[in-house]
Amino acid sequence: MLRRFRADLHIHSCLSPCGSDEMKPKAVVDRAMTVGLDMIAICDHNSAENVVAFIEAGKKKGLAVLPGMEVTSREEIHLLTLFDQPEDCQTLQDWVYQHLPGKNEQEAFGPQILVNEDSEPIGQNEKLLIGATLLPLEEIVSYVQALNGVVIASHIDRQAFSLIGQLGFIPEGISLDGLEISPRTSLEEARKKFSLYQHLAFVHFSDAHSPEEIGRVSTHFQLEEKTSKEIKWALHAREGRSVTES
Amino acid sequence: MKVEWLVKSLGLEVKAGGNQLHQEVTGGYVGDLLSDVMAHSTSGNVWVTIQTHPNIIAVASLKEMAAILLAGGREPDPETLKKAEEEGIPLLTSPLPAFELVRRLCQEGISGIW
Repeated sequence: MLRRFRADLHIHSCLSPCGSDEMKPKAVVDRAMTVGLDMIAICDHNSAENVVAFIEAGKKKGLAVLPGMEVTSREEIHLLTLFDQPEDCQTLQDWVYQHLPGKNEQEAFGPQILVNEDSEPIGQNEKLLIGATLLPLEEIVSYVQALNGVVIASHIDRQAFSLIGQLGFIPEGISLDGLEISPRTSLEEARKKFSLYQHLAFVHFSDAHSPEEIGRVSTHFQLEEKTSKEIKWALHAREGRSVTES
Repeated sequence: MKVEWLVKSLGLEVKAGGNQLHQEVTGGYVGDLLSDVMAHSTSGNVWVTIQTHPNIIAVASLKEMAAILLAGGREPDPETLKKAEEEGIPLLTSPLPAFELVRRLCQEGISGIW
């Protein structure tokens, strides 16, 4: 049976150097449930090493948590990717790591904290997660599609690190599942401003870097199950699934 | 001043659009954010950038630019080269960083204000 679920599928954990160190499993899951979200996704910059801890913490409380990653292309475009299986996200991470130069400078960019499901810090990631990969946009999109993941261009209304900011317009022949609008722009404004791209689904996610930002905007989906596979169907209005106006 | 003159005086390599070097350069613009370049560049510009994505050709063509100059030894993507040929946009490269290229363009009398 189809049901309406409220989702915020762009949340950073304490692994992202720009993410607050409060963004640990318990705090994120508790906050997401308090603000009435049915599903979330953890999407750190160029890494997915914390996703399993969040998935497990979500299971205990009955919150669906999808594994994801926000990948930075060579053109410095942010792409939101979502999966059902942590293993697929891991496959993407292995590939990203092979093409991600540099080492993090904690003082300059912030700490990159690895956590377990009990929200205890268990180490730090040493890679320069804030940096760009050497991978072209089109290759990342194809790679994620080949893994049956969801790929959404992040915060297209922003100048910095967005597909439209960096490249001016969406290149032809690129198979995106949707376009994300940041909390600073309403969906109504975005639909006017980006009317050229009305054939793609627009979604509103928080891009939360601290607990109070979780769910500040969200998107409702009509789904049977809270999976990335169904999110993909909804974004393409297939199998009766849909993105509904909130 | 023609693109051809800049190729000679700055020692640039012509990667594509070699049949359009007679284009007149009337000013210059620098930027890697294509949204900004689309908003602020103008026709006749030589555009200095490190962005190599194929979309640069569409932007240069749309804004009727005289040439694109890839700085810092950046090589164009194969698709970018193909599009530059199709659109007849001179695509030039130099190992020099953008700042130095701009300094030399200014010496040749190219201005950023028009």
